[in-house]
Amino acid sequence: MKTAQRVYTALIFILIYAPLAVMILFSFNSTSSTSVFAGLSFKWYRELFSNSDTLEALKNTLLLAFVSSIAATLLGTVTAVGIYRMRSRVTREIIKSVTNIPMMNPDIVTGVSLMLLFVFVGRLLGRTNTLSFWTLLISHITFNLPYVILNVLPKLRQTDRHLHEAALDLGCSPVEAFMKVTLPAIRSGIVSGLLMAFTLSLDDFIISYYTVGADFQTLPLKIYAMTKKTVKPDMYALSSVIFFTILILLMLINMAGMRSDNNSNGSKKSKKKV
Amino acid sequence: MNKRTHSAPRRRGLSFLLDAPYVLWSALFIVIPLVIVVFYSFTDAEDNFTFENISAISNYGTTIRISIEYSVIATLITLVISYPFAYFMTKTSANAQRTQMLLVMLPMWMNLLIRTYAWMNILEKNGIINRFIMLLGGDPLKLLGTPAAVIFGMVYNYLPYMILPIYTVMSKLDPSLLDAASDLGSNAFQRILRVIFPLSVPGVVSGVAMVFVPSISTFYISQKLGSGKILLIGDTVERFIKTSYNYNMGAALSLLLMVIILVCMFVMNRFSSDDEEIVV
Amino acid sequence: MRRWVSVILVTALALCCVMGLASCGGSDEPGIVPEGTYSRDLAGTTINVYNWGEYISDGSDDSLDVNEEFEKLTGIRVNYSMYESNEVMYSKLKSEAVAYDVIIPSDYMIARLLNEDMLRKIDFSKLSNYHYIDPKYRDLYFDPTNEYSVPYNVGMVGIIYNTTMVEGTPDSWSLMWDEKYSDNILTFNNSRDGFATAQFLLGLDVNSTDKATWEQAAEKLKEQSPILQGRVMDEIFNKMENNNAAIAPYYAGDFLTMQEINPDLAFYYPKEGTNIFVDSICVPASSQNYEAAMMYINFLLEPEIALANAEYIRYASPNTAVVNSDDYSLKGNEILYPAAEATVPVEYYHDLDPEIRSYYETLWEDIVRSTT
Repeated sequence: MKTAQRVYTALIFILIYAPLAVMILFSFNSTSSTSVFAGLSFKWYRELFSNSDTLEALKNTLLLAFVSSIAATLLGTVTAVGIYRMRSRVTREIIKSVTNIPMMNPDIVTGVSLMLLFVFVGRLLGRTNTLSFWTLLISHITFNLPYVILNVLPKLRQTDRHLHEAALDLGCSPVEAFMKVTLPAIRSGIVSGLLMAFTLSLDDFIISYYTVGADFQTLPLKIYAMTKKTVKPDMYALSSVIFFTILILLMLINMAGMRSDNNSNGSKKSKKKV
Repeated sequence: MNKRTHSAPRRRGLSFLLDAPYVLWSALFIVIPLVIVVFYSFTDAEDNFTFENISAISNYGTTIRISIEYSVIATLITLVISYPFAYFMTKTSANAQRTQMLLVMLPMWMNLLIRTYAWMNILEKNGIINRFIMLLGGDPLKLLGTPAAVIFGMVYNYLPYMILPIYTVMSKLDPSLLDAASDLGSNAFQRILRVIFPLSVPGVVSGVAMVFVPSISTFYISQKLGSGKILLIGDTVERFIKTSYNYNMGAALSLLLMVIILVCMFVMNRFSSDDEEIVV
Repeated sequence: MRRWVSVILVTALALCCVMGLASCGGSDEPGIVPEGTYSRDLAGTTINVYNWGEYISDGSDDSLDVNEEFEKLTGIRVNYSMYESNEVMYSKLKSEAVAYDVIIPSDYMIARLLNEDMLRKIDFSKLSNYHYIDPKYRDLYFDPTNEYSVPYNVGMVGIIYNTTMVEGTPDSWSLMWDEKYSDNILTFNNSRDGFATAQFLLGLDVNSTDKATWEQAAEKLKEQSPILQGRVMDEIFNKMENNNAAIAPYYAGDFLTMQEINPDLAFYYPKEGTNIFVDSICVPASSQNYEAAMMYINFLLEPEIALANAEYIRYASPNTAVVNSDDYSLKGNEILYPAAEATVPVEYYHDLDPEIRSYYETLWEDIVRSTT
């Protein structure tokens, strides 16, 4: 039984990693083919790092992900606190339902609806270059917000309301009480919301595809344009670089996590025995 | 007592103040865009009211049918693959679980476009799989451009979205429940059926939603793995918006997508209790 | 959870470092066009260029990076984006949400844009290099007064086939309907070029205003659907270069690019006749940086730049400085510059009235969906 389980798990992992293995292999190809391996070379890595277009797209992608995730986190956290304190059940339910819309809607609908809005408003204002970095940023903040709110809200619910009141009674101003009492308690929710927002923004293609203008290309859009013709192995090289960067980072964190976990696990186990 | 009556109105004012920016934001960028989608669906190019777009949807019967078919099949396959996978994961040591989680999540950092493109090269007529088959003396298979390839692409790309929520729910199950079940005389199969499965339903529901929604609305996977021959609703919307400059039909089909998904959500919610936390 | 923050930060930092390292590698070689030829008055401004994919020499494979060259020379930033068909470009422009300064549509699309007042006149007094354009490509039907367009490339559609998979030497469009090659045939993924394959085969007018003839062509195309491997545009490069398909109609210049990689490929112009096209540089009415657009167009006409483009794109050039240059590796190439143009009959696409257009678009959607 144990062996059967292991074989099954291994098979699924082989499936998951097959295209990544192909991608990494062909990033070292000496010709421009992505299906016939001709020989080992670092040519495409050199090409990648001398291609200013790709690097600019990478820079744009990171910039957009940073700005949109931080903006969404700030706005989302404030909103979550507001929702949590809200007395009117009806208003709260309405706000929460609206928040669910971008999560439930397929990306293509979100993208198309935002594009139609921008085009519509642009026409009303008689502008000819409505779609730009700003519309892209608005779209990214919009689809990031629900993830932040829904990560922070449960944490708020777990906090003790009375602590906040106690802080007020002890002479803190509301802002001070929030910073000193509530914020530390919900920090993990804020961070996971931020992380999720950052990742989603980094990876988004569909919504960007509809709301992008002429002045700002992100990496997924560039990759899309390339897959329309021929993807040269330099895209594979870029993906491999990203892959290994994240792999190493995750491994380091994982190792750190294992060490701290082993310590705490020991105590947990002993507790269970008792 | 005095204090409480005093602070209540102040709080309400504060919560309103805190939520005002978001209320404004979501009205502008969530609600109004949907209103505009509805507006475009019911107007023609000259902004006159019409039902033509909505009635023209009936011309896309096949497209709608295969979109639903493929995404339902893909979701079911994903579920069947993921469920035992997640279950086996919970049976391993804490360190192994952490490593496996990491390995499941890692490919999600690679762009979907690149992963799909890599599969295209693997499945090509003269691609890696067929070369291997020919090496063994077999006849090359027709893989690319078939419904199977498109469904496979959906399963592959959205697999982690199913594994993660199911695993999260399963790993939180209280082991003492299982102990209790075996104490009461149930065997391994019964334990899975009667205890584990009912308790993992929220994870399954969330996984199904997270796989079904992107599958039914995809256009990239069908474009690449369907060789431009298999058109789903997403492709049709994309063609209307990007090539035919027919925003009205594009909006009408987007509206249809929303309705299909709302109906599915409604049906699914009857299987699960209302849960506002996202399971990932 | 705090460690996740460090993941984000470290990832970003690492990527930034990689980019920083990379940007050091930029070359400082002297430009191909001598400095001072172009004024730097507009340095710091930006132009948005919207062009076909694979339609400019972009620096890959040791070619000249035309946009970078222009940026170095003038200090104007070039925002370059690409489209895959005239229709995609038209939709984007029509949305009025993106302002481009330079676009390169084909003949019939220029006629349509002109019809809908979407183009701006070109100031030929600013184009000191215009005299290089071969007079036979001026004053064409789509711009009869020659005020709105500057020819960029010329080409014809033909059929590419793999000599290891196709027997004999085919010469007709009917090859694309040959069931012997079932699942080995690719075709265009755009309505106009797609319809033309059937129209030429059946001897129909590609610019017909009679709905019945479009239906006739549509029937023929539906007949072909079951034996098609796929409908593609520029994905065709990969498929033909790697022997994934045997037969595909495409633009002559692109065949030369593919043949370089896969020598088993061959090409012919079908005897029934084929499409000839001119892709010309235009300025949309919504252009925000007109003066820079003029400089960019003139720059594209520079003999060295046009030569680099002609070598990279491999389409026939309307630029006499290129065609007569001894450095031009494709000089006199018989596919690009057929000796007697009358070997097969050729026809331009014309813009058709909106009713016919939406009629054939609907037929086309039907055909595409009939494949499933």
